[in-house]
Amino acid sequence: MIWFLIPVVAVLAVVAYAAGLALAKRRAAGHPQAHSRPQQHGYYALIWVAAPALAVIILAGIFSGPIAQNLISAGLPDVVQDMEPFRRDAFLNDARLLGEGQRPFQTWTGPLAEALESEAARSAGIQRTLMWGGIAGAALAALLGGLLAFAQIGPTLRARNRVEGWIGGLLFACSVVAILTTVGIVFSLVFDAVRFFDRVSITEFLFGTQWSPQIAIRADQVGSTGAFGAVPLFAGTFLIMLIAMAVAAPVGLFSAIYLSEYAGPITRGVVKPMLEILAGVPTVVYGFFAALTVGPAFREFFNGIGALLVGGPLDGLGQYLMLVQNQMALVAGTVMGIMLIPFVSSLSDDIINAVPQSLRDGSYAMGATKSETVSRVLLPAALPGIAGAMLLAVSRAIGETMIVTMAAGLAANLTLNPLDTVTTVTVQIVTLLTGDQEFDSAKTLAAFGLGLTLFIVTLLLNIVAQRIVQTYREQYD
Amino acid sequence: MDPARIDRDYPQGTNFQLLVAQQQLARMGVVDDAQGTQATAYRTLLSSELKFRAADLVRRDPSVIGQTVEITAPMSDDADLYYKGEITRDEDAALRRVSDRQMEWLDDLKRDGSVTSGFNTLLFTQGDSTEPELAGVLGAVVGSALMLLVTALIAIPLGVGAAVYLEEFARKGRITDLIEVNINNLAAVPSIVYGLLGLALFINFAHLPRSSPLVGGLVLALMALPTIIIATRSSLKAVPPSIREAALAMGASRTQTVFHHVLPLAMPGVMTGTIISMAHALGETAPLLLIGMVSFVPGIPGAITEPAGALPSLVYIWENASELAFHERTAAAILVLLVFMIVMNAAAILLRRRFERRW
Repeated sequence: MIWFLIPVVAVLAVVAYAAGLALAKRRAAGHPQAHSRPQQHGYYALIWVAAPALAVIILAGIFSGPIAQNLISAGLPDVVQDMEPFRRDAFLNDARLLGEGQRPFQTWTGPLAEALESEAARSAGIQRTLMWGGIAGAALAALLGGLLAFAQIGPTLRARNRVEGWIGGLLFACSVVAILTTVGIVFSLVFDAVRFFDRVSITEFLFGTQWSPQIAIRADQVGSTGAFGAVPLFAGTFLIMLIAMAVAAPVGLFSAIYLSEYAGPITRGVVKPMLEILAGVPTVVYGFFAALTVGPAFREFFNGIGALLVGGPLDGLGQYLMLVQNQMALVAGTVMGIMLIPFVSSLSDDIINAVPQSLRDGSYAMGATKSETVSRVLLPAALPGIAGAMLLAVSRAIGETMIVTMAAGLAANLTLNPLDTVTTVTVQIVTLLTGDQEFDSAKTLAAFGLGLTLFIVTLLLNIVAQRIVQTYREQYD
Repeated sequence: MDPARIDRDYPQGTNFQLLVAQQQLARMGVVDDAQGTQATAYRTLLSSELKFRAADLVRRDPSVIGQTVEITAPMSDDADLYYKGEITRDEDAALRRVSDRQMEWLDDLKRDGSVTSGFNTLLFTQGDSTEPELAGVLGAVVGSALMLLVTALIAIPLGVGAAVYLEEFARKGRITDLIEVNINNLAAVPSIVYGLLGLALFINFAHLPRSSPLVGGLVLALMALPTIIIATRSSLKAVPPSIREAALAMGASRTQTVFHHVLPLAMPGVMTGTIISMAHALGETAPLLLIGMVSFVPGIPGAITEPAGALPSLVYIWENASELAFHERTAAAILVLLVFMIVMNAAAILLRRRFERRW
């Protein structure tokens, strides 16, 4: 790998800085009106040494792999050329390993054993050539850049402006990374999702009610139909989200009202940091809590009620409750609601605090009590903002993964019964993509179809929510 | 230390657990059958750490062969659960993992005082293991640390740079608006989508090594980026314009104003936001599941390209394990994770309390 050159470039850049500084001082001697300070000339030299060299290194790092691959496969002997593609890849990989002085994975026999030796030597040679080419290119780039900079350094060079131009460009590049991330997300999801929708029609995916992603390996296999109807997953996600919001919305909102309107400064000073720390608890911890504490507790509670009802007028219900499992939608939903409380609370707190004090003062001046002010003035004024905050919480609930993976089940039941086992979009993504995977089966690609759906839904929710919150803020600015 | 059973040059070849088991049975006067079923049953009560410690002892001092020595080693997880009352005689004998006879042996050991309970420090000094009594969090802690290092090195400079550009340099325009909307939406994208991005981009496209802290760190860096940008922007906003105007009036350029005056004054806020987002990245699990960081990694990772575990994914793995004893380990791993989280969050809160300036 060529990346080891980066520290070398860093050292070179420091040397260039010192040299540029010294040179600028010498050339500026006797010129009291030099445009830039010597340090700025130093930075100018530093940039012109480091930037071209880094550009060459990055290009070489990205492209040397594919180039080496092309060169290697261009000159393959016939024995290797005639192999099946899959075995040929394994062979070439082993040749590369041998060339790097490591042990090959497999033992190759006959003519292939001889070919392996020669291919290993050839591949090592190609790699070496490319490596030295990269090093030479980087050195040349640094040298040319440095010469250019050192030639220019002098009292009339506007080094400060040029260095600042580079800094501005660099900062702009940083903020473009955000756009590139979005582009990356969209491309990686769409690319594989399209391959999925080649195999499974988009209407079957969106409206089918049967989800069983196991694909039959043998034709006569039972129970592996490979159905990709995602409606049960959407229903399960929706159900768990509803339960979570039923817990988080009232508790979070009321705690925000209490903190911003009723609590004294001491309570506020203690409770707010606690809520922040609660918001920092990893979701995998909530998942453990749900799976090992809340799940069994809820099951015992419902089984107990069931035992009381069995034999009475509600015998059927009792029988059902006796059989309730740990992994019910209610458990995952409740714990997810607890997780969302700090999120809802801090968002609502911001919104309530943004309501102008004059509205409260006006209400008190008219003789309203505190609770009347809260319910008649504050909440109506804050309502749009709170709605936006709730939508953001809904989007969080839909995309939450760990709690449902650990506490909800895998069975894709199409039900709205909170005591039943349901599965969600995120759980299925995790299940489809952990363990053994091959990248051209509909089963694996289905995860990207689900991911794309999830991304689009949460994106829409966020855009709407942010629009609402934004308009609300502007109303009082 | 039976000289007939121990090879002086290759002590790790000796089955010390079986040796101890047979000696204990002989001491109790139990006659074993030809297949050694009793000794095998006894042996499963002792952990393989016994073997490592005994072999180590012989290697360091071969003169112990032939003598009787005292070695302290953990019991197996089943024995441990029996002593803790998690496995009881009331359970169906066919389903429980400790037989009646093994229970008698364990009671016997307890009576004569050869079993003591103590703090199992292996939790902090070992990597993951398939045996609960030997499994530790060190490998995952190191993996998480390497991953956070990659995340911090990438996300902090990029995030602060982007925020400075958007807040101090960018002219209002279409591109700036686009970037702003983008960042706000990225902050709310579910973490598992970042996992899909990492799988498609870094592993399937760029062929970076699976389950490595490098890929994990890259994914978490992309995830932490919007949070850092938003936090940095709000603390830059809080620096009053008079500071900028004063610097500009003294003849400083815009870049000098920002880097000499505005950014240093905004630093406490930037640090707070950064620490909180790093803490968040430390606890994130879902993307790691998709890039293969849930595979079993026994050792302690030494480089960012080696397969490694991470603390939160270790919690997930142990919670899913079939051995009951792993559930206790999960709780311990969660405590370790929470200590890190609380320290980081508390540091951020303290930093804000201490250095926050109201203008």
